[in-house]
Amino acid sequence: MKRFEPYGFLRDLASRWDVLAFIVVIGLIAFLGEASRGLFAPLSQLEVVPLSLDPARLPEYAARTTFRMLAGLGLSLVFTLTYATWAAKSERAGKLLVPILDILQSVPILGFISVTAVFFMSLAPGRVLGAEFVAIFAIFTSQAWNMAFSFYQSLRTIPTELMEAAESFRLSPWMRFWQLEVPFAMPALIWNMMMSMSGGWFFVVASEAVSVGHTTFALPGVGSYIALAIEHKNLRAIGWAIATMLIVILLYDQLLFRPLVAWVDRFRVEQEPGVRVPESWALTMMRRSRLIQAANVTFHAAVLWTSRAVKRNDAPSIDAAARPKRSLDLLWISLVAAAVVLGLWHMVAGLIADTPLQEALHVCGLALLTMLRVFGLIALASLVWVPIGVWVGMRPRAAQIVQPIAQFMAAFPANLLFPIAVYGIVAWKLNPDIYLSPLMILGTQWYILFNVIAGASAIPAEMRHVAANFRVTGWLWWRKVALPAVLPFYVTGAITASGGSWNAAIVAELASWGDTRIRARGLGSYIAEATIAGDFHQIVLGIGVMSLFVVIINRLFWRPLYYFAERRYRLT
Amino acid sequence: MNNAPLLQCTDVRKSFPKPDGAELLVLEGMNLELREGQIVGLLGRSGSGKSTLLRLIAGLAEPSDGQLFYLGQPIVGPAAGIAMVFQSFALFPWLTVFENVALGLEAQRMPRAEIRKRSLAAIDLIGLDGFESAYPRELSGGMRQRVGFARALVVHPNILLMDEPFSALDVLTAETLRTDFLDLWAEGRMPIKGVILVTHNIEEAVLMCDRILVFGTNPGRILSEIKVSLPQPRNRLDPSFRELVENIYVEMTARPQGSASRHERFPGSGIGTALPHVSSNLLAGLMEAVAAPPFNGKADLPEIASDLQMEIDELFPVAETLQMLRFAELEGGDLKLTEAGMAFAQSALDERKRIFLRHLLTYVPLAAHVRRVLDERASHSARKSRFIDELEDFMNEEAAEQSLRAVVSWGRYAEAFAYDNENAMFSLENPT
Repeated sequence: MKRFEPYGFLRDLASRWDVLAFIVVIGLIAFLGEASRGLFAPLSQLEVVPLSLDPARLPEYAARTTFRMLAGLGLSLVFTLTYATWAAKSERAGKLLVPILDILQSVPILGFISVTAVFFMSLAPGRVLGAEFVAIFAIFTSQAWNMAFSFYQSLRTIPTELMEAAESFRLSPWMRFWQLEVPFAMPALIWNMMMSMSGGWFFVVASEAVSVGHTTFALPGVGSYIALAIEHKNLRAIGWAIATMLIVILLYDQLLFRPLVAWVDRFRVEQEPGVRVPESWALTMMRRSRLIQAANVTFHAAVLWTSRAVKRNDAPSIDAAARPKRSLDLLWISLVAAAVVLGLWHMVAGLIADTPLQEALHVCGLALLTMLRVFGLIALASLVWVPIGVWVGMRPRAAQIVQPIAQFMAAFPANLLFPIAVYGIVAWKLNPDIYLSPLMILGTQWYILFNVIAGASAIPAEMRHVAANFRVTGWLWWRKVALPAVLPFYVTGAITASGGSWNAAIVAELASWGDTRIRARGLGSYIAEATIAGDFHQIVLGIGVMSLFVVIINRLFWRPLYYFAERRYRLT
Repeated sequence: MNNAPLLQCTDVRKSFPKPDGAELLVLEGMNLELREGQIVGLLGRSGSGKSTLLRLIAGLAEPSDGQLFYLGQPIVGPAAGIAMVFQSFALFPWLTVFENVALGLEAQRMPRAEIRKRSLAAIDLIGLDGFESAYPRELSGGMRQRVGFARALVVHPNILLMDEPFSALDVLTAETLRTDFLDLWAEGRMPIKGVILVTHNIEEAVLMCDRILVFGTNPGRILSEIKVSLPQPRNRLDPSFRELVENIYVEMTARPQGSASRHERFPGSGIGTALPHVSSNLLAGLMEAVAAPPFNGKADLPEIASDLQMEIDELFPVAETLQMLRFAELEGGDLKLTEAGMAFAQSALDERKRIFLRHLLTYVPLAAHVRRVLDERASHSARKSRFIDELEDFMNEEAAEQSLRAVVSWGRYAEAFAYDNENAMFSLENPT
């Protein structure tokens, strides 16, 4: 048998797989170069050179959209590694940082865009860069909180013995971070990244063409292309955009996430042979290619090298962090108190003081309307998708076909499909209060479907056999077997769907087709109209009320339901 | 040569703060010395603080009182010359065998060539040749623990700490690994000077150690120290080996002397006694086994342990619960059924429940207390939290939960009371 050489990796110069990998890499670099060109052009140029509805331009637009997506993802990753680490390592900071994350998760991102837009535009006035920042930041907000949460949770659940091993072999904190903590957190992190991707596509589409008051900007991309198509009432162009997006998401999934998911499989700590090793042709290609392997090893070497370069703290450190330091505690508490007071003052002086009671009540009423819609739609979607999901999940072959489709549908930005529905509503003069509502759940209903499918296929064969053996059928079977078994999964899906629907309300409750604008009464349309009018006071009020509603609903309804389902019905 | 012992612990004490400000004592009066060429065993069951002591030595935790010295120097953090082998192996699944082994040297920033040389040497020594590029998940449990050993040996420690290193392995694999380890140790091929082995397996301790410290529980402390002077390699069937094992069983089941310690585990008085969670099935099963031939009511503990394939960690709590319920007597390494115990073993289910109910309410104060509260109340029901609060005056939250769980399961079996988990309510009614 050949002797393994840990550091000797470059033996052959090139293999067949190298050629393929070479093409992909060069293609990627070319695309990045194309996408980042013109970033520094003055903003006025955006208005001078108008977007074109020519489908030939779509590949370029798609490339730019994808570039924003990647940048947002990178930014989220940086945020995750710093913020979540801080929250996990410092007991003191964690107490505040974790709840902040939880609230941030509930803030409607779309409403946020208009607020951040002006900020970023002012940072880089007159330049495209500012507008790009706005879009990237929107993507960031749709992913970062989720990812940070996942990373934080992983850091808190590292098995004690692994931590002790790292400590007893005296790994420096830096080395421990890269050799233990990051790898351990990787599988959950990648999974979360993939899940929040759908949100990302949704917001990148929505944030490319934004008008706040008199400032209007449209960045070249699929989102602004579709905005232009709506303005021109061009159904054919919308069709092109949808087709493009389908391809982009497919490529993104196949080239980025499939390989990542297959790759992180090795980082799972449960060492029992996995149920099924995830496969990816792209990963196989990367693994077999010596060049990419070389890059991999170089990365590993870099981690080791930086571990050596970073100054080592040789002072013994047991329990030093655990020991409470009174004076530091006091400082931290006073800092937090100062921040809270400042925040409160801004809220009172800037928002509440200027808000007549009537206005506040009006907004709350609108929020109730939107809440009614969200819950109604979730109930409706559940009625449709739970039976179908169970049916599919019980049939492995059907599940194999339907599951990827459901996940794909969840990733597809539903707002691309809105124009078609709006066209229909305008054409048949339907009641927007009712017929605009389904748009809110168009993209999020799939979470219910694929979670239920996952739940149903996880029902142990023995349990199904028992049911068959005792001839438990019909409604009894649904009540005693199927529904309890999928409940934990269903709740997870419904929570995601509900959160997404609140967000979608901002674009779904107010839609336009050419010059025609239709609107459903609700908090979403309130925020959207305030954005168009550039009324920041109303925008902030709307966002605040919506965040409040989402937080309260989560705490009082979804979270208890989730724990109840986990405790009572989780099959282990 | 340095005359200081490899390791010295003097009057070490460890306690953890409880939420109410009081402290929970887990380890007390620990005095221990490790000299070159010795394997010292820390033998006891879970909760006796032996693993805690090992972590103090490893520098992973700080003693509340007393001092630990490594080569005459106080231990204030993980020391370079002390390496540890873990019960669950604690390998990094994303690193190959080679990378796992090299990790400790990387942390010391040794030159690359040196790391490579030493890692491969350690891998060779421990019999992992050819597995360098494998990931832990591809290996069997035995091979994984070999990686654990190689990873510890590669840093050339003076002291090797082993935390129940064989307990996660099947019997055959564990035996092979033990023998391999002892061979390497006898031949002096490992770069280590002394070993501390934590175990709850009596035979393993006698097989491997030169000295055995027997730990008692509540709080963890050393009950006795036993020198093992049998020549290596030792034979489990050797009469003197058997005798030693027997003696340790006697030692570990001896009634603690003095009234103070009598009150520690099963004082038989007051509700402030932590109860082990032992299912009624296990209790009945052990009584049946002891009542049946060849034991006929009196069983030698090592014998019945090997008969039922139970480790002392599993057997002792069951035997002691029987003793607490006055179904059996534990003495001199024997488990002897009382009259009631024999009657129980020979009865049918309904009669068993009656006997069990009588003994439960007579000898388990907490069960009697719960029953009394339920009887006295007009509603015949009481919240679980009510009892938890009471128990927490005597023990920590975890022990309180566990004690109440034990009482719930015994009470349900004896039909002394009912418990509704959903609402956390005790009651006298049967569920509808």
